[in-house]
Amino acid sequence: MSEVLVLVEHVEGEIKKSTFELLTAARALGEPSAVIVGGPGTATKLADGLREYGAAKVYVAETDSAEFLSPQVDVLAALVGRLDPAAVLIASSADGKEVAGRLAVRTGSGWLNDVVALDAQGTTHSVFGGAWTAQATANSAHPVITLRQGAVEAVAAAGAGAEESVDVAPSGRSATVVSREPVTAGERPDLGEASVVVAGGRGVGSAEQFAVVEALADSLGGAVGASRAAVDSGYYPHQFQVGQTGKTVSPQLYIALGISGAIQHRAGMQTSKTIVAVNKDPDAPIFEIADFGVVGDLFSVAPQLQEEITRRRS
Amino acid sequence: MNIVVLCKQVPDTYSERRLREDGALDRDASDAVLDEINERAVEEALQLKEAHGGAVTVVSMGPDRATEAIRKALSMGADTAVHLSDEALAGSDAVGTARALAGAIGTVADVDLVLAGNEASDGRSAAVPAMVAEVLGLPALTHARQLTVEGSTVTVRRETDDGVVTLTAELPAVVSVGEKINEPRYPSFKGIMAAKKKKVATLSLADVGVDAAQVGAAGALSSVVGATPKPPKAAGEKVVDDGAGGSKVAAYLVAQKLI
Ligand SMILES: Cc1cc2nc3c(=O)[nH]c(=O)nc-3n(C[C@H](O)[C@H](O)[C@H](O)COP(=O)(O)OP(=O)(O)OC[C@H]3O[C@@H](n4cnc5c(N)ncnc54)[C@H](O)[C@@H]3O)c2cc1C
Ligand SMILES: Nc1ncnc2c1ncn2[C@@H]1O[C@H](COP(=O)(O)O)[C@@H](O)[C@H]1O
Repeated sequence: MSEVLVLVEHVEGEIKKSTFELLTAARALGEPSAVIVGGPGTATKLADGLREYGAAKVYVAETDSAEFLSPQVDVLAALVGRLDPAAVLIASSADGKEVAGRLAVRTGSGWLNDVVALDAQGTTHSVFGGAWTAQATANSAHPVITLRQGAVEAVAAAGAGAEESVDVAPSGRSATVVSREPVTAGERPDLGEASVVVAGGRGVGSAEQFAVVEALADSLGGAVGASRAAVDSGYYPHQFQVGQTGKTVSPQLYIALGISGAIQHRAGMQTSKTIVAVNKDPDAPIFEIADFGVVGDLFSVAPQLQEEITRRRS
Repeated sequence: MNIVVLCKQVPDTYSERRLREDGALDRDASDAVLDEINERAVEEALQLKEAHGGAVTVVSMGPDRATEAIRKALSMGADTAVHLSDEALAGSDAVGTARALAGAIGTVADVDLVLAGNEASDGRSAAVPAMVAEVLGLPALTHARQLTVEGSTVTVRRETDDGVVTLTAELPAVVSVGEKINEPRYPSFKGIMAAKKKKVATLSLADVGVDAAQVGAAGALSSVVGATPKPPKAAGEKVVDDGAGGSKVAAYLVAQKLI
């Protein structure tokens, strides 16, 4: 069976969930091989987790180079040349897309971006915020596939995980890293990964009053999202924006509080499995896609819902 | 300092966006505008020119009517433009687009900096700038929320969901800007009038030295083979809050086994 290369996403010695999704998806195309690129000593912390999700091989490229994303591109390009893999799978994150795009140029491979499902025939993409579904295929050997976070459910499978080290040489023409300030992960689940998202809009009215949104999210163990109007008004930080220019989320449950449901907001959340909306305006467009809508004041509906949930959970 | 700004014309996001049966974007279905993020790239270029001197050249690849987007950038204050337009470019994938843009940039003399948006609002590949850098063999500093040039060194604060990374490189380099980099200026009346007289070089693939077999549908390394609209989501139950709205949501969630 041919190899499928999977670039491991990791932060501070932890494998990101997206990597397990990639290893799961890779099995549809061949035998997954994990590729670790990171500082010295990275691999020892990661190898076990990769084996648990079916990595037959683990290629380890450890370097203290300050070059930005170039080591990833260089290592993958070298492995593609040597192994002629069936495909290269990378997470559809900001860094992942950049590595994928550069790799595709370097190796003359087709790049299938923001994939939500794949098999040997090709890939499925959800475009325009889920309003359309498109099928695509690569016309080249070893296509580069970036997989949307959360689209494939990670399933464990044992893999041999034989380690092999790979050399990395500095590429020369690369941007270099001066410093890093990682975002400190909060108590709440990641917006892109959460199975429940509670989002607030301009109707929340102020940064202080976003506590109502947070309290409901916490009672459900969910993440907090915001509309662009709420972000632009300074109620909530930018990285929580949902929509066309923000995150695309597809949780089991999306609760929209004081959000009108503009097309650009819907583009980021309309593929959610169940949508609940609370809005004072009975004609708000969000109700057109809500599975359950309440015409009312979010400041009475949300706290009441939160109490009910807390009561049922205790 | 000579700056190229990569400007893309996109369908207006306020109008409906559709795909044709062959999977290509149905450009006739919506109005076309200069992508918002590219206005910020132009703004950043103009500020750098104001501080360091030099010239700002707009480079755009797209069909004839991309000239409207080019005029917008010129009316903001860019000096000249290169419009790469060739029938053979239709159906280009990201790799083809990067190759073609790299060719077009190659026609501009002594480029120190290539500026771009970090992500187009239509394609959203968010990688074309880094891919152009890869073709040209230049460093890529992407998703900039802050950009400084000192001497021949460019420094960028790169902001993504994963945090902030400060990057540096020697010019020439490619930089893509994020939404928070600046507030773009509005074209003045004078600027709009002046833009009408500015030079726009319309070039073909042959003019920029790119092989037609490497771009467009013919050279595409990936192809869309089918597209279908999803049936619109139907509205579900809607209740008016009578004082028990929250409890009704809870009951619904219980019935759906969500809590
Ligand atoms: C290029 C472009 C990209 C964009 N990208 C995005 C994006 O990524 N994400 C995004 O969200 N938007 C985006 N927008 C903006 C979008 O068009 C809307 O302006 C925005 O989504 C509106 O946010 P909102 O629903 O919170 O505010 P509003 O439209 O002002 O709606 C507020 C709602 O709150 C209700 N309300 C008020 N008080 C209460 C109360 N006490 N209880 C219950 N309901 C109440 C009101 O009835 C109203 O319906 C984009 C726009 C453009 C042009
Ligand atoms: N056809 C094009 N013409 C000019 N610039 C482009 C084109 N396509 C992409 N770009 C540039 O690349 C940026 C990111 O686009 P993308 O990678 O497609 O999301 C855009 O904001 C533009 O600056």
